[in-house]
Amino acid sequence: MPDLKKNSLPDERGHFGIYGGRYVAETLMPLILDVEKAWSDAKADAKYWAQFDELMRDYVGRPSPMYFAEPTTKKLGGAKVYFKRDELNHTGSHKINNTIGQILLALRMGKTRIIAETGAGQHGVATATVCARFGLPCTVFMGATDIERQKPNVFRMKLLGAEVRPVTSGAGTLKDAMNEAMRDWVTNVHDTFYIIGTVAGPHPYPAMVRDFQSVIGKEARAQILEREGRLPDLLIAAIGGGSNAMGLFHPFLDDASVKIQGVEAGGHGLHHKHAASLTGGKPGILHGNMTYLLQSNDGQITEAHSISAGLDYPGIGPEHSYLHDTKRAEYVSITDDEALDAFKMCTQLEGIIPALEPAHAYAQVMKMAPKMKKDDIIVMNLCGRGDKDIFTVAERFGVTL
Amino acid sequence: MTNRIDATFAKLDRPALITFITAGDPDIKKSQSILDLLPASGADIIELGMPFTDPMADGPVIQAAALRALDSGASMKTTLQMVRDFRKNNTDTPIVLMGYANPVYQYGMDVFVRDASAAGVDGLIIVDLPPEEDDELYTASKAANVHLIKLVTPTTSDERLKTVLPKASGFLYYVSITGITGAASADVSAVKNHVESIRKATDLPLAIGFGIKGPDDVRQFAAFADAVVVGSAIVSEAQKPDGDVATFVKSLRSAL
Ligand SMILES: Cc1ncc(COP(=O)(O)O)c(C=O)c1O
Repeated sequence: MPDLKKNSLPDERGHFGIYGGRYVAETLMPLILDVEKAWSDAKADAKYWAQFDELMRDYVGRPSPMYFAEPTTKKLGGAKVYFKRDELNHTGSHKINNTIGQILLALRMGKTRIIAETGAGQHGVATATVCARFGLPCTVFMGATDIERQKPNVFRMKLLGAEVRPVTSGAGTLKDAMNEAMRDWVTNVHDTFYIIGTVAGPHPYPAMVRDFQSVIGKEARAQILEREGRLPDLLIAAIGGGSNAMGLFHPFLDDASVKIQGVEAGGHGLHHKHAASLTGGKPGILHGNMTYLLQSNDGQITEAHSISAGLDYPGIGPEHSYLHDTKRAEYVSITDDEALDAFKMCTQLEGIIPALEPAHAYAQVMKMAPKMKKDDIIVMNLCGRGDKDIFTVAERFGVTL
Repeated sequence: MTNRIDATFAKLDRPALITFITAGDPDIKKSQSILDLLPASGADIIELGMPFTDPMADGPVIQAAALRALDSGASMKTTLQMVRDFRKNNTDTPIVLMGYANPVYQYGMDVFVRDASAAGVDGLIIVDLPPEEDDELYTASKAANVHLIKLVTPTTSDERLKTVLPKASGFLYYVSITGITGAASADVSAVKNHVESIRKATDLPLAIGFGIKGPDDVRQFAAFADAVVVGSAIVSEAQKPDGDVATFVKSLRSAL
């Protein structure tokens, strides 16, 4: 097995094996190199981390609890199921961990304008939130389709003072929002910082976002050790770009006894439209990095589909591609229908309305737990709450709100 | 054989006109007929866009052109076929293929360069393949006598030039604005200053592109460039119901 020591990847050019890198227009290269330099300075600066930690505690509400999901455990009748409760964070998902880290970096670099892409709107809200908190103007690019299916978040972003720019190219989803954000970045390269919402994009974003989100896995590791006196047997997290998953997984990569499963969106099923880049795609180059992508034989990117806007993306963070090829992590997929069933079950059993993204993770828990022993332990990342999804779910259940 | 790009710059005693169209827009047949009429209308070098679903450096005009082309069945293979057909009647106008890394990567970088060279391609511009990531394509291009054209931009510092220039050949493509294709025109004097400072570091011909829309722009930038590139304006002209690409390109050329 290749060396998977926690902090040895990426290499200095941002590669995880053949994945990652910096595939951007020359206009952006100097800026990307600046971001990388600022990030490596910040990383070594105790004051930067002190500010990050304080905001995590007092503004975000960390650490998030490690909750023993007893009803789920009983019902499934197998492994003990724990939820890492990142849905309790300020703004309702893990996305805020990353936006705090990046806005502090943007401020260090003297940038005066923030842009972001968003799918489910959670990253958009988390970005708009830190922009309000630190007084920077914020423009969020969001696909027109997603604006329609995530209305509550669109309104939240506007309340927070952000400009939400609808993107109508392509299918009007996350991929298109990211294209448009990159076009804006190239145009406003001097004053603008691009807060990317997941572990994708040109180096140093995949590693940087992972490092911010690793707060999830570090806490989880300490909490489960305290609670159970041992490491979990299985980690499960949903994957759009892969940031909540990388955040949970990364601090466990060296623990060979811990199995890792990432859950991609199977949409209508792998033979129809879906968003499972690792299971249904192949390596290619998009949005600044080499990674698995849904694409035609001619290298044209194909539209993804998921009921969950946050997972509706034809790519995946490059480190996941690497973990997939090296088999350190296993990647599975869950369909729209399975996720909806899981959404219902989690809500009714636990009294927790999950976002549709972690509902995919819960559906995988439903498959795995019964097959495992009673003293086995699963930790699932409950990375977001479902308030934003009530319109989508109501529509699927045939209810008009 | 001398590369046609080198031959063209060696022969011209005025700045060159580089015209861009997207291969297969609005369909392969119409696109071929536009391609074929460009040299006689005054194009010295032709940039042929390889359509891609997610053209991150392009504005709405060229985005739409790429989607029209893809919808009409364009592919990497049909683009190379267009070049082969063009070469049946034209053996000396250089063709530079411009596009994004993924379709080239899927084709296989080595094989692609070989096929492109055999089809009569003289240069490649891959927008999202900076020198840090282009080793494979660079080596393949060198071996096939195809120039891998490098971009320099308003954000390119003297320090950065040291990374870009060692791999540059054919000509340097100066992107006149920080922005996407078809955007507002650049500030001529800022571009002039930067171009003059870049010339101190290289003897390569310097082409200026992005935001050049008509004969007036062409005249202004050509005053200190070795070539000017017009793209979105030609693509738009071809889209007009009464559009006349030949006449439009002639008007650009007469400004030189
Ligand atoms: C709650 C939630 N989970 C997961 C995701 C997917 O992103 P990632 O895979 O980067 O965690 C999103 C994205 O919007 C989200 O809102």
